[in-house]
Amino acid sequence: MTPTEFMTDPQKLPGWNRPPHVEPDGEGELLEVAMGPHHPSTHGVFRMDVALDGERVIRLKPVFGYLHRNHEKIGEGSSYLASMPFTDRLDYMCPLTNNWAYAIAVEKLTGQEVPERAQYLRVILGELTRVVNHASAIGFLIQEMGASGTPLMYAFKEREKVLDLFESLTGARMMVNYMRFGGCRVDATPAWLADVRKVLDGLPQFADEFENLLCGNEILMARTQGVGILRPELAVNAGVTGPMLRASGVNYDIRKVDSYGIYDRFKFRVPLGDHGDVYDRFMIRLLEMRESFGIIDQALKDIPGGPIMDPKAKIRGFRPKPGEAYGRIEAPKGELGFYLISDGSPNPYRYRIRPPSLINLTILEDMCLGANVADVVLIFGSVDIVLGEVDR
Amino acid sequence: MLGEGILKGLGETARNFAGSFVSADRLTTVQYPEERIAPIEATRDFPFLVYDGDDWEAGLRCVACQICEKECPPKCIYIVKSTDKKPDALGKPQIYPARFDIDISVCMSCQICVEVCPFEAIKMDTEFELSTTDRFGGLLYDRKELAKSNEHYHKIHPTEAAEVDARLAEEKTKAEAKAKAAAAKAAAPKPAAPAPVAAKPAAAPAESEKQG
Repeated sequence: MTPTEFMTDPQKLPGWNRPPHVEPDGEGELLEVAMGPHHPSTHGVFRMDVALDGERVIRLKPVFGYLHRNHEKIGEGSSYLASMPFTDRLDYMCPLTNNWAYAIAVEKLTGQEVPERAQYLRVILGELTRVVNHASAIGFLIQEMGASGTPLMYAFKEREKVLDLFESLTGARMMVNYMRFGGCRVDATPAWLADVRKVLDGLPQFADEFENLLCGNEILMARTQGVGILRPELAVNAGVTGPMLRASGVNYDIRKVDSYGIYDRFKFRVPLGDHGDVYDRFMIRLLEMRESFGIIDQALKDIPGGPIMDPKAKIRGFRPKPGEAYGRIEAPKGELGFYLISDGSPNPYRYRIRPPSLINLTILEDMCLGANVADVVLIFGSVDIVLGEVDR
Repeated sequence: MLGEGILKGLGETARNFAGSFVSADRLTTVQYPEERIAPIEATRDFPFLVYDGDDWEAGLRCVACQICEKECPPKCIYIVKSTDKKPDALGKPQIYPARFDIDISVCMSCQICVEVCPFEAIKMDTEFELSTTDRFGGLLYDRKELAKSNEHYHKIHPTEAAEVDARLAEEKTKAEAKAKAAAAKAAAPKPAAPAPVAAKPAAAPAESEKQG
């Protein structure tokens, strides 16, 4: 199914505009529970107001905003370059893809060209980010199932190696501030590329280990299969993107649709799910990790020499001409977009972010209705959010 | 068979547990502070001011142009320009910072100040054990605490520092040549005319290099 099918034929929209509703079947009052904002399962400060009939969820209201930092307004008050380090702090699990999306938006605004080598570096770094994000997302998901520690630490062991790569290139493990409008900040040395190759050679083994550890596990299957089903039509209508959407069986990957950067040069497949349950979302992430290994491998083989920065790019006194631009990429969590309006001054007139985490989270109630309260934690974990991006 | 997947998973953990006694790369924990990993060269955390020579006050490269103060995203730099001029490392009279404060409790280590500085005066340090009992004054560094020698810079970022030194030396020779040409021009206006023309194309690539 493709998204356009739903747009052209409204008859194919069962459930659209229908308020989600589950009837309590017992007598007596509902029990209202506030899960969060300080709950170990909420990945930060986030609250779910749940109304329970026994163990069943009758209503669920997500409450956002505890981590609001005024990111967009600060972006309007500071120069284009000064917003770049702030984007690291949106989705702090994958700062490089945030940098990339912002750089693409500004490059669209100014019409700058990005040199070949910088494009390849961006792809390598972006896919490494996807690998660590998916590995840790699975780790956190399993931790919420009760396996506290082991799978997460397996993922973090691998993440550590990739973060060391990031640090030796960009100078920081997480708050990288690496990409610039029209290229990248520092060039990769041959030694660094050799290090990437070394880490990449170890990654398939890690994926095998992870699969052995988790995939056939009967407890995991019993807890996740058939839980938190997201129907493809609802996913499309709600604007869900990323692994969540593909687990529901909708073939929509911005790397294929837009082929931004140089993604049309790489061979990779887009894994799709059948059921749209928690297990599918977990498996999609494992499969996407393996596709990312292939992309990094191809990029390392083909990376050319040359400059990494557009020679016309300016660091000081950067003023794009008036206009507007929307740049988007397939971030590990979904479509990450930056919308910018320039009035010709050094600051953007409007600076707006489309965060995948927030929009994927809006359908939490639809997935949780009728589920057990223990499954709410699991379904929430399978959405894979970072509160830094939800609240901005 | 029911439970096969669980046993397979347990086999994986057992392999990792037993493997940690044999292979060193399965042992990832480092017993900080007794053990330390060698720092990665590109590491950065907070800025410092570079000075040349032995006297920190006379050798500061900073000329208080306030570009970093303006570009700093969280606005953690505070500069007061001097009212008088003082000879810099090249002997040219320059304005110097009468006050240069960085509040490192606000600084977010983005190194934009380093990128925008045209004088190679501010660089990133690698010192991270900075805890103090004074939350406000203890984390507000003045120019004396910020000043560190060029040798220190060479110690923490050797490759980058060598590049910077080469660039500064090139600029210095160029400035000297320009001064000499200007002096020659002042002495004999007509024969020295080609000299500045020859100097101009040489200056252009250096400028674009800095921006890149």
